[in-house]
Amino acid sequence: MATIFRSEEMTLSQLYLQPDAAYSTIAELGELGIVQFRDLNPNVNAFQRKFVNEVRRCEEMERKLRFLEGEIKKDELSLTEPHENLDAPKAREMIDLEAIIDKLDHELKEINTNADALMRNFNELTELKYNLAMTQAFFQDAQQIGMNSSENILEQNLDSVDQYSTTVTVGMKLGFLSGVIARDRMNGFERMLWRVCRGNVYLKQAEIPQLIEDPLTGEKIHKTVFVVFFQGEQLKTRVQKICEGFRANIYPCPENSNDRRELAMGVMTRLEDLNVILRQTHDHRQRVLLETSKTIRTWQIKVKKIKAIYHTMNMFNNDVARKCLIAECWTPNSQIQTVQLALRKGSELSGSGSVSSVLNRMITDEQPPTHHKLNKFTQGFQNLVDAYGVATYREINPMPFVLITFPFLFAVMFGDAGHGLVVTSFALWMVLKENSLKNKWRKQEVWTIFFGGRYIILLMGLFSIYTGLIYNDVFSKSINIFGSSWRVKFGDETLNKSDTVILEPTSYNYSRTSEYRQMYSGAPYPFGLDPVWQLAENKITFTNSAKMKFAIIIGIIQMGFGVFLSLWNHFHFRHYHGILVEFLPQIIFLACIFFYLIILIFYKWSMYDGKDATSAPSLLIHLINMMLLSYPTDPPSSTKFYSSQRALQTALLGFAVICIPWLLVGKPIYKMLQKIKQENLSTTTMNDQASNDIEMNTHNNHHEQVDMSEVWVEQGIHTIEYFLGCISHTASYLRLWALSLAHAQLSEVLWHMVFQIGLSMNGYLGGIASFLVFMPWSTLTVFILLLMEGLSAFLHALRLHWVEFQSKFYKGEGYPFVPFSFKTILEETPFDT
Amino acid sequence: MEKFGVALIIFTLFWGLIGIVLPFLIPKGPNKRLIQIMLILTSACCWLFWLCFYLHQWKPLFGPQLKSTDARILRSLWGQEL
Repeated sequence: MATIFRSEEMTLSQLYLQPDAAYSTIAELGELGIVQFRDLNPNVNAFQRKFVNEVRRCEEMERKLRFLEGEIKKDELSLTEPHENLDAPKAREMIDLEAIIDKLDHELKEINTNADALMRNFNELTELKYNLAMTQAFFQDAQQIGMNSSENILEQNLDSVDQYSTTVTVGMKLGFLSGVIARDRMNGFERMLWRVCRGNVYLKQAEIPQLIEDPLTGEKIHKTVFVVFFQGEQLKTRVQKICEGFRANIYPCPENSNDRRELAMGVMTRLEDLNVILRQTHDHRQRVLLETSKTIRTWQIKVKKIKAIYHTMNMFNNDVARKCLIAECWTPNSQIQTVQLALRKGSELSGSGSVSSVLNRMITDEQPPTHHKLNKFTQGFQNLVDAYGVATYREINPMPFVLITFPFLFAVMFGDAGHGLVVTSFALWMVLKENSLKNKWRKQEVWTIFFGGRYIILLMGLFSIYTGLIYNDVFSKSINIFGSSWRVKFGDETLNKSDTVILEPTSYNYSRTSEYRQMYSGAPYPFGLDPVWQLAENKITFTNSAKMKFAIIIGIIQMGFGVFLSLWNHFHFRHYHGILVEFLPQIIFLACIFFYLIILIFYKWSMYDGKDATSAPSLLIHLINMMLLSYPTDPPSSTKFYSSQRALQTALLGFAVICIPWLLVGKPIYKMLQKIKQENLSTTTMNDQASNDIEMNTHNNHHEQVDMSEVWVEQGIHTIEYFLGCISHTASYLRLWALSLAHAQLSEVLWHMVFQIGLSMNGYLGGIASFLVFMPWSTLTVFILLLMEGLSAFLHALRLHWVEFQSKFYKGEGYPFVPFSFKTILEETPFDT
Repeated sequence: MEKFGVALIIFTLFWGLIGIVLPFLIPKGPNKRLIQIMLILTSACCWLFWLCFYLHQWKPLFGPQLKSTDARILRSLWGQEL
């Protein structure tokens, strides 16, 4: 029936599942998302649960899938997201899935290691190639020098120049080491060589122009080829050690230039082969990853579902005697049929269709979880209410009322039709483009907050347009649709005499003077504030009065509405005593003082005219005097303004004051009477019953005794809270006036200080100036007025609902219904895109 | 005096239509109650808001204070006929 007003009725039920059918049944229930399972093994360690192995296997698969995903991302391939909802996989599918994922994992790891080894080989060969090329150059130069010198020195060694070219130049046997070192280490290397070998080595170096990939680190760095010439074995070891220290790669270099040429050619061919192999390996890897990228998301979703199912099954009680799994779950009453269907379907799917699972409803005293049926529109507002506290089971849900009153109170504080239009168009864009925007920018938290509240913002914007039109405020300007009710009928002499003139507020000649001119038509502007006030210097004085009165009126009405909702709660829970001891004193107090104030406001509006301006009663003073029982005769605004005022107000005050002890004492007395009745009942039956009943009753009495003092204290707090709250909350509603004033003033300042500069210039210059000035004006409007003021009004409207409205009836002590649903599990932890 | 009544009746009827008559015409569906509540609350809030500002301006205790230049402009712009 009226299920939007309260949370759904829930039942605790036990499911008896056949072990074979359990998996498919849980899969079905997970797809439906209508039951919340309870953990029947809370004291069991996670590693001792029944299905811990399956969970472990799922985690292994997840790890491998993450590794594969990382590899796919490294190669910058895109993952295809599955479009339709996939069914939960069958139990047997898990083994197949494991095998496939395992195979792919091994394959990719193999490819990776192979590729690494090949790459290292390739880099070494590249360095060797450069090494050979550079040393070739050295030795050729050396040959030149050697040839030149040997021409002079030794003629007979000409034929052996090739072989002993190095030894010829100096005439002694020289050894050499050639290698490649990183360019930035070269200087240190040289210095170290010089120091250690005491200058007895000769170093020749040449830079490799291209960037080479270092075989160890894989980075591309500049390298230099060097050749170190030394004499003797000791120096050789020293040089070798230094090369190791500086991480220079030493490559063998044959002395014979023919050998060098052969080696160089061999290196070239090997490099080419390696290139081909590397390319093939890379292509193979790409192919494997491309294949995987098509299905990896599907597998990830499937694995998540399997894991979720086994986690859930870990919560069940394994009844060995009856050979079934017992699960306890909360489900809404309306969905019990669906659950039974799911049970049947699960047994059919698993093949053991002969014996089906059983659903057994349990009766329990525990408080069920709170479940509201929501759609995408109401979800946002329910979140606002739940942020304060989740509704107690089956109490009135404030959401349907908050749905309208929250945007309305926001609008009262925001009231500018132009700003409202901008907000509405933003919200409309979000709502109309819902489907395409839903998955965009998921990581941006600010955007997700705005997008999640798009319906709230839409309503806020629409109401703001309405209140803006009533305040007659469009970007701080008024619009004149129906024609003002005020006219200026002053002559030129009056206008020349003074800087300002005040228009005559009465619509008839009450003092019968000849100078009277009717400047007010007698009928107010039909819709909203008269446009003449926009130009008035005393506009704020006028609107202050109106806005404050409205704020008080709407506040008291909302609070009264809250108290009536508590009455509805009393009826629903059959706490009829609550109506007598709680609802009546609350509403009488509120009515006697605050509804009376509202009546006074309407009375003053209709009975007092421009002619009574000096003697019109000040309602605030009258309210204070009513409380203090003082009725002065002195300032005309504080004297009685209707004949039976003293009597009536004293009577109202009397009724209100009675409510205080009524609320304080009523409920505890009722509870005490209840206790006495129970004790009488138990004493009459005590004589017939066994002794353990007596113990139970005394136990109950002990329980009751502790409760009594608690009841008194609780009721005392509740009384003070309510009565003080009535007054402070009423005043708290004045923030509606305060924020709307701030907004209007900010808007006006922005216009006069920024935009008007451009608009007040004449001619073409004015046009350009207006164009230029629009940018700062609009930026400041958006950031200060829309965002900052909007956030502020949102916050204050929310506070008014949470504290002033909900404290009259809302307990908010429930816990939310969190069903086992694959959809929420998949949405909670989205895959990184 | 009549003009006062005319606007009052028009707006009360307008919001009354939305808040009292329209809820009975909402077709049956899962959101029937919700829409009814929305209509009733919207019309109640909006009507009350309009009414408060209307009544406040009905018998003003003081008139607008205008700069003499603005008064001159309004005198020629709006004329003298009420």
